Formats: sequence, C-alpha cells, structure tokens
Amino acid sequence: MQPILKVENLRAGIEGKEILKGINLTVNPGEVHAIMGPNGSGKSTFSGVLAGDPRFTVLGGSAVLDGTQLLDLPPETRSHAGLFLSFQYPVEIPGVTMVNFMRAAVNAKRKYLNEDPLSAAEFLKLMRQKRAIVELDNKLASRSVNEGFSGGEKKRNEIFQMAMLEPKLSILDETDSGLDIDALRIVAGGVNKLRTDRNATIVITHYQRLLDYIRPDFVHILYKGRIVYSGGPELALELEEKGYDWIKEQVGE
Amino acid sequence: MAEKENTPPINGEYKYGFTSDIPTDYIPHGLSEEVVRMISEKKGEPQWLLDFRLEAYRYWKTLEMPRWAHLDIPPIDYQDIIYYAAPKQKKAPGSLDEVDPALLDTFNRLGIPLEEQKALSGMAVDAVMDSVSVKTTHREKLAELGIIFCSFSEAVKQYPDLVRKYLGKVVSYRDNFFAALNSAVFSDGSFVYIPKGVRCPMELSTYFRINASGTGQFERTLIVADDDAYVSYLEGCTAPMRDENQLHAAIVEIIVEERAEVKYSTVQNWYAGDAEGRGGVYNFVTKRGLCRGDYSKLYWTQVETGSAITWKYPSCILKGEGSVGEFYSVAVTNNRQQADTGTKMIHIGRNSRSTIVSKGISAGHSQNSYRGLVKVAPGADGVRNYTQCDSLLLSDTCGAHTFPYIDVQNPSAIVEHEATTSKISEDQIFYCNQRGIPTEEAVGLIVNGYAKEVMNKLPMEFAVEAQKLLSITLENSVG
Amino acid sequence: MENSLNQYLELIQGNLATIDANAPEALDALRPEAVEALRRFGRLPRRGDEGFPNASPEEMFAPDYGLNITRRPIPADVAASFRCDVPNISTLTAIVVGDSFHPTATLLKNLPEGIEVMSLARAAKEHPTLVSQYLNKLAANSSAPVALNTALLQDGVFIRAARGARLDKAIQIVNIFNTPVAMMAVRRVLIVAEEDSALRVLLCDHSQRADVDYLSSQVVEIFAGKDASVELYDIEESSARTRRLSSVFVRQDSGASFFSTGCALCGGDSIASSRIDLEGAGASASLGALVIASGSRHIDNSVLLTHAAPHCTSRQLFKYALFDDSRGAFGGKVVVRPGAVRTDAAQTNRNLLVGEHSTMHSDPQLEIYCDDVKASHGATTGQLDARALFYMRSRGIPEDEARRMLVQAFMMDVADSIRLDALRDRMRLLVEKRLGGDASASCADCAACK
Repeated sequence: MQPILKVENLRAGIEGKEILKGINLTVNPGEVHAIMGPNGSGKSTFSGVLAGDPRFTVLGGSAVLDGTQLLDLPPETRSHAGLFLSFQYPVEIPGVTMVNFMRAAVNAKRKYLNEDPLSAAEFLKLMRQKRAIVELDNKLASRSVNEGFSGGEKKRNEIFQMAMLEPKLSILDETDSGLDIDALRIVAGGVNKLRTDRNATIVITHYQRLLDYIRPDFVHILYKGRIVYSGGPELALELEEKGYDWIKEQVGE
Repeated sequence: MAEKENTPPINGEYKYGFTSDIPTDYIPHGLSEEVVRMISEKKGEPQWLLDFRLEAYRYWKTLEMPRWAHLDIPPIDYQDIIYYAAPKQKKAPGSLDEVDPALLDTFNRLGIPLEEQKALSGMAVDAVMDSVSVKTTHREKLAELGIIFCSFSEAVKQYPDLVRKYLGKVVSYRDNFFAALNSAVFSDGSFVYIPKGVRCPMELSTYFRINASGTGQFERTLIVADDDAYVSYLEGCTAPMRDENQLHAAIVEIIVEERAEVKYSTVQNWYAGDAEGRGGVYNFVTKRGLCRGDYSKLYWTQVETGSAITWKYPSCILKGEGSVGEFYSVAVTNNRQQADTGTKMIHIGRNSRSTIVSKGISAGHSQNSYRGLVKVAPGADGVRNYTQCDSLLLSDTCGAHTFPYIDVQNPSAIVEHEATTSKISEDQIFYCNQRGIPTEEAVGLIVNGYAKEVMNKLPMEFAVEAQKLLSITLENSVG
Repeated sequence: MENSLNQYLELIQGNLATIDANAPEALDALRPEAVEALRRFGRLPRRGDEGFPNASPEEMFAPDYGLNITRRPIPADVAASFRCDVPNISTLTAIVVGDSFHPTATLLKNLPEGIEVMSLARAAKEHPTLVSQYLNKLAANSSAPVALNTALLQDGVFIRAARGARLDKAIQIVNIFNTPVAMMAVRRVLIVAEEDSALRVLLCDHSQRADVDYLSSQVVEIFAGKDASVELYDIEESSARTRRLSSVFVRQDSGASFFSTGCALCGGDSIASSRIDLEGAGASASLGALVIASGSRHIDNSVLLTHAAPHCTSRQLFKYALFDDSRGAFGGKVVVRPGAVRTDAAQTNRNLLVGEHSTMHSDPQLEIYCDDVKASHGATTGQLDARALFYMRSRGIPEDEARRMLVQAFMMDVADSIRLDALRDRMRLLVEKRLGGDASASCADCAACK
C-alpha cells in the first residue's frame, strides 16, 4: 500500500534560523495522526512547509504526497495534488467573495484533473451540499473571504473549503484554538464526516481537547524541531496529565 | 535634567529668560568676506577651513531665503546681525577655576552644573554660550575609551584630519540658504567621534545658550559613529527674553557606519517671544544623518516647544543595506509661534526601514505644520516605511497642517502614511474636571498622554524636563 | 526649452476672427482675458513643477494637433440610438464628436420639465443671463491649461436643472474622437443644478482610432445650489494615444451634495484635477477614483477641497493599480477655513505597485485653520497581501489568477460606491475584463466604437 504522506529527514527554517531539524513521518490511508508539542516546537512550520508557505525555506529532506514530490511544487499544485491546510489564522481577503474564491479554487483543480469547469448551477449545488456539513450560514458565502467572520465561523469555513476540495491529506493546524465547545463539536463533526479509508488527516494541536472529538490513531510529540515521541492515543492523555515539562525531562533537560 | 530645589515655582513664564552680565567679545555687525575671514582668524583656523567658509559665503550670496515653508517670516536683515560673540576669556580654560564665575552661574541657573562632581553622572556636557564652547565635562573619562567629545574649534585644531574628512559631507554648504550661511560663519559647536566597536558609556550632551544681544548663533555639530559604535546624544537650548528676534541657524551632521547606532535627542526651548509675538528666536536648522554602513541605525527624537519660528527637518539618508531611520517628534506651538518641521527619509539601501511619528499640538494663534518626505530610490528593494502624523488643536484661531510627500520609485516598497487632526476631547476634559482636576492641568495631562509615544523615546532626565515644558508651553492656552 | 503654448497663442492670434466668428459672442467675450492670462503664465506646466511629478502638460500639448476652429462638421455616424453599451441603463444621451455637440432623439424627446441639455452655443443664445452668470466663474483662467481651454472655447455642453427639477436617469455625454488626423478637442461642460434639484451626469471618452494622437482638454464647471444633488461619473476608455487633461470645478451651496467617480481604465496619459468648494453649511462631497494603468502610462489626480462653511463632510477614496512601467501620482489637499466648525474630512489614497518599474507619488495634505474638526488622511503604497496570496494558492488557485482576483478586490470598493446600479455592474465587469488582459475592455461592445 502506498502511503498518503511520506516525510523523510525534513529540515526547514525561517529567516536563516533552522526550526525543523529532521522530521520523519509516514501517514497511510484512513489514518489520523496527531502532532502535539509546546509552543515554538515547529508544529506550524511543519504544516506551512508541507503546504508551500513562502515564508519558510526548505533546508533538506523530502515529502511525498501519494507518489508526488511536494517540496518543489508551487502551493497551488500541492493543493491540486490533494493537500489541504486548515490555517491556524485564516486570512481575510476583503473584496473577494467566498463564492468567487471557491469557484476559482474548484475549477482550478478540475482543470488540473482535465475536467471541465462546473456550471454555475452545479457549483452552487455543490456549495449547498458541503455547507451543510459544517452548518455554515448561507450569508457567509456571499461575504468576502473570512472578512468579519467570528473565530468559530472562520474555522468552520476552513472545514467547508476542505469539504469542497476533497483532499487526500488534510492538515488541521490548531483548528481548536479560539473555539468554544459548540463550535469545536461542529468543526470536529465536519472533519469526521469527511473521513474515508482513502484519505488521511493530520491534526496539529496543543491540547488533548480536540482529540476527544477527532480520535487519532497515532500521536507524535514534536519538540525543538524533532519528533521525540510517537505512540497511540494514550500518549496524548499522558501528556495532558503530566504536561510538557515531562517531555523536557524525558529528553534530558 | 535635575530639578534644583531653589527653582521658583513654575508660573508659565519662560524661566530661562534671564540675561547674564558677562563681558563679551563682539565683532562688528554685518556679513562680508572680511567678516568671514575675521571669524576664521579669531579662531586661528587652517587655510582649508577658511577656504570652505569663503566658498560657502560666495554661494550664499547667490541665494534667496526659501519661501516654500508654511511660515510667515518677516524680512531678516542679514547685515544687522552680529555673527560672532564670545564671552571674554583670556584663553581656553584648562580647569573650572579659570572659567568666569558669572558664566558658571549662568549654566548653574539653567540646571547644567559644569563642575564635574556636581554634574549628573552618566552625562557629559559641552556648554556653548553664544558663539563658543565654554566647557566640556568628563572628557578624560571618555578619552580612555578613545571617544572624542570636544568643542568644534578644538577638534579643528587637534583632529584636523577627522574634521576635514567629514565636514560638509552630509550637509553640503550648497544644500540650502541657511546651510550656506552657517558654513560661512559657524562659530563653534560639538564634535563627537566614537571609535570602532565602542559603546559610549554616558549620554553626551551639548547645551546651547544665546546670551549676547543682537547676535545670531551658528553652531555646527558633527557626530561620527564608526563601525559597531553606539552613542546617545542630547541637545538642549535656551535664550534670554529679548524684544528683538535672534537668528539661530545650525547644522548637525551625523555619519553612522556599519552596524553603528546613534540616538540624537533634542529638547528645543529657545525663547518663543511673548504672547503678542514680539521677540523670540528664529530657529532655522539643517540636521541630517547619513546611515552609510549596512545595518546602521539613526534615531531622531525631538521635543520642540520654543522659538518664534521653527524650520527644521532632521533627516536620514538610509544608504546602507538594512539601515534604520526613526523620527519621533512633538512640536508644540502657542501664542504667535510658527513651526514647519518634519523629516526626510531617503531610502537608497536595500531593506532599509523607517518610522516616523509626529505629534503636533497647536494653541493660541500659532501655526504648526508637519512636512515630510519619504522617498524610495529605484534600486532600494524591500523598503518599509510607516508614518503616523497626528495634530491636536487647542484653539479656534490656530492652524495645523500636514504635508507629507511620498515618492515610491521601487515597487517592492511598502509605505504607509496615516494622519489625523482633531480637537482636544471635551469629554476627556470634562471627565478630568469631574474628578476635580482643573482644566489647565487636565490639558497638560491629556497632551502629555498624547505625546507619550514620543516622550518615551527620550532619555529619562530629558523626558522629565520635556514633560514639564509641554505643560508650561500650553498654560493659558485653553479658553 | 520647448514652449508648446506658443503655437496655440500664435494660432489664436492669427485666426482670432475665424475663431470668434464660429462661436457665440458670450464665449468670444471670455477670450481676451484668457489670452491675457496665458501670456502671464508664459508656459504650460512641466514635469517637476509643483503638482506635476510625472505627467507634463507641456509635452501633452506639444504635438501638432488639428483644431476644428471653423466648426466644420466632422462625419460621424450619429445614429439616433447611438450610445455607449452600458446594459440595462437607460440614459439620455448626447454625443460630442471632437468638440461638437449632437443630441440624440431620445434625449430630445425625454427631457422632463425643468431639465435642459443643449450645446453651450445654443445656451448662450437662449439663456444669456445664466451663461454669463456661471460660465468660467469657477475655472476663471486659474491655470494655464484651463485658460487655454477658455481661449479656444467655441462650444460645449450646457446642463441645467431648474429649481426642484429632479432627474433620476443619467444624462450621458459620449465624447468621441474619430478623425484620421491628430486632433485636439476643447471640451467644456457647464452644469447648473439649482436649488433642490438632482442630476446625474455620465461622461464617457472613446477613441475610434487607436493609431492617431488625440488630446482632450476638458473643463467642467458645476454649480450645486442649496440642497441640490449632483453625481458625476467620468469614464476614460479611450486609446493609448488619447491624452487627456481634465479640470473639474465644483461649488456647493448649503446642503448640496456632490458625488463623483472617475475611472481610468484604458487611455493615454491623463491629468485630472478637481477643485471642490464647500461654500454652504452642511454640504457634502464624495470623490472616488479607480485607476488601472499599464505600459508607460502616467496618471495624475489632484484634488483641492476646501471646507469654507460649518458642518460639511468630505470623503475621498483614490485607488491605483499600476502595472508595467506606469506611473501614478495623487495630490490631495484638504483645507479647512477658519469658522468651518464640525468639519468631517477623510481622504484615502491606496496604491498597488504591481509592475516591476511602476512608481507612485502621493502627496496628501491637510491644512486646517479651525479647531472643531475631524480630519484624517491615509496613504499606502505597497504590494498585494502575501498572506492572502498564499492562502488562495493553498486552495489551488493559480498564482496569476489569485493576483488578478486580489487586484480586482482591491478596486471593488470604488466600483461598489457607484450609485448608478447599471453603471456599477458595468464597471465591475470592465475592471475584471481589464485585469484579465482583455484589451477589448475598452469600449467593449459600444456601437459607437465599431
């Protein structure tokens, strides 16, 4: 079986400072991986590097998505290849409506797959279906991308876009941050509905809380740019109980 | 500056307005090639400096006073000014015992004790009275680190190569009318050189005092910070209350080499004239720094409360890659004062950055203008500028104006300018009143709060002084 | 140094009798003073003069343009329903070919009571008092280009709304260049909106030949009486060789409102200046501009807006997207006179430098002589938001398309503010087409330009 994601010895940094110091990770179809770690450990760098965030520089290693080498591709091609990043801080884009934004995204992917663009009617129908997954208000669809959305609305909007683009691999970067319990349940519910045995999910989080709703198969602890621990769901519970200082002790600090 | 116990309570009068009875050596009124030669001769200058002065003088004669500023400048009779006046001393004082006691007393009354044991530790002072430097403190201690801090005249004698290398390199005598005038007749000023890798351990300060009547003051400051050096420099100024207008046309040149850092702070409190606009200093000053080295930094901070008319634009030429320029300014005008002040940030180096924060406060019948230029040269990639200009209006007869010029010739630049003008908030004043704070005091509080962002950039001793000045300047300004 | 003004002065001097004979006396009467003013100015402004950082009227006026001083009819297919294709908009249209006025039948049939649209020459005969009361009173030879317009003035457009007359439909003036030889048009519009009246005027510039040099010298004077409302839309969609120098003057009495939007999409170098005088209490003015420039085009806008009375409001929003080597300039001055209490003034200039050699000059200025005011200005010059760009690309939108969408979004608030529904939709579409590199966005589907 071909893994959905295979990351080998990935090193990356920002402004000349090395942050990821050799990450190895394999994600197979149907799996949910959680990556946990204290602030500054490199969690968001990892997701940003995989998605092609131009702020980061790759210093070495490789990342392969379902047979496609990712690291040399522009962000849009990575998206077409099936990578989706739910942003920790979704970007507001004044003046660009959600409808235009999503239509451009969906049709760009269809073009990549040599499919005809969706008609306006088909597209709106698709929007309607997917919106229901995260209970996203119709009104939000006619507004500018993320502009004036509440924290919860922004995160639901991320999952809505994930539903529209049907990625092979979804990376949820701190999707739980700033969410109240109801919003968290809706967002997690949306993610669970979108899970199949052909796609996979990486959940990046600081807290165990989200993992009560999205059950991981594997938990990895990222510390100072390396995965220092990997285990099953129980690792997250242990971490919650003992705190990150425990990790620091374990790695001998 | 330390407050002295015997200072009388502040009552809104200009407390530095006294005159001192000090025997003074004058040269005759007026400006001519002969006068330029006379100044040079009195100072025992080398030929090259006389030549520099004469070239400047000849160029000045071809110029007319600039009129582009938003200022109403009465005609100035340049032949009715005394271009050189010096407190009479037999020779340059070697120790304080040789300094005229009346002179020492003058600086004591200004809160600038020149006796080193009394002087504020952590601050070296060069005291300039009229045209000459009276005394520079803490020199020996600085010399141990290789730091040169002395009067300009002395520098010409002792470090002629250094002076010649840098003089007029940032502000050419051809720069403008007043720069040409200064270059012809400058009398004294301060010279600072911080050698490579040295962090100056104390604040360096020059205190300017115009005392003699009918004179102009034309000093020149030259600061050079070599690679990796650091210095914080303070400038203060006062003048007696006189009915006549006195001209102050100074030049400040700063050169900042690689990774060096210079902070230049000014509290300008020249006599502003009386409530009807009689008297006061015309403050026409050219200040400019060249951030020549990569990653060099130059910070201008100014609190302008004095002078009848102010015309000054402390500027940064950001030539080095990654160089940084900052300009923080508070300009207060009251009564009939006029100020046209601001900055120029000339971005030439790649990734150079600048920040401009200007707070104007206008009261009485005054006119207060911010004038600024942000220029991004074609080759300057990755430049960032942020400018914030706020004006606060305290009367219905004053004026507040904003003239920023933004010229972006490189498309990778990000330049942001914001400006607001508003009246002092009646709600805030009422809130203070309700808590028992009288209006006058409330205005002082609010204005100080408004100016805080700039005040915070000043060294501690200066900040206290500057805060008091703000309140004093605005007394009786709210009707 | 070149002095292109001289050729015009010589032309006027040598042909004064012809010029006068082909224009109504009321316009001839303005000529001597305008010529006198021109002699005083001595020359046209040049690049580098105060307020002209990029474009140069001197260079604009230098080519040897033809002037139709004998008022020969220029052949044009002035078909009855000849109008610019703004779908679903029902305008009352007049065509100005070169500088000659031709009303359409629709216009003549549908003008309601109290609204008049006619040639300036005819107005000079029918309303001599009005014309002498208003014409050139604001423009007043205040600059060399304006004085030149007056010195060469033979005809123009006169629009008047009598007291209480309100017209919801837009009056559309289609300015056309179509001659096979280089041509200069002396365009003049006088708008008098009397007390409590309402007018909407749409000016469209078109050039039917892309390979001929044209120059439009335009002066618009607008008088908005007490509580009157005037909207002015000025759409430049000409050719790269059509240059334009436009000066708009507005005087507003108490309670009058003025709303204007300028769109520079396709065309040659353009200099537009506006002077707005808020003379009466409670007047309000809102000015917007949308500039998309490419090639080596220069676009200058300047505004002098004076709050001379209490309780007036002004808003300005000028946006530029500069591609290739294009150069933009914005000079905006807001003056608040003594006594203009409760002034509320805001001015915004936002610029996107997209092209590798694009440049921008921005001089927003505030001059305030009164304390009870709220005034602000903001100017930013920068690039597209890198975060937004990455976000869009991470969703699979190709970089080029993401950029185009962002530039379009950047421009949208100006387009959205247009109060004429059909025009607003049209402008959105034109901006999209323009950014899509569709050169036919200019004069798209306009019958006049086919």
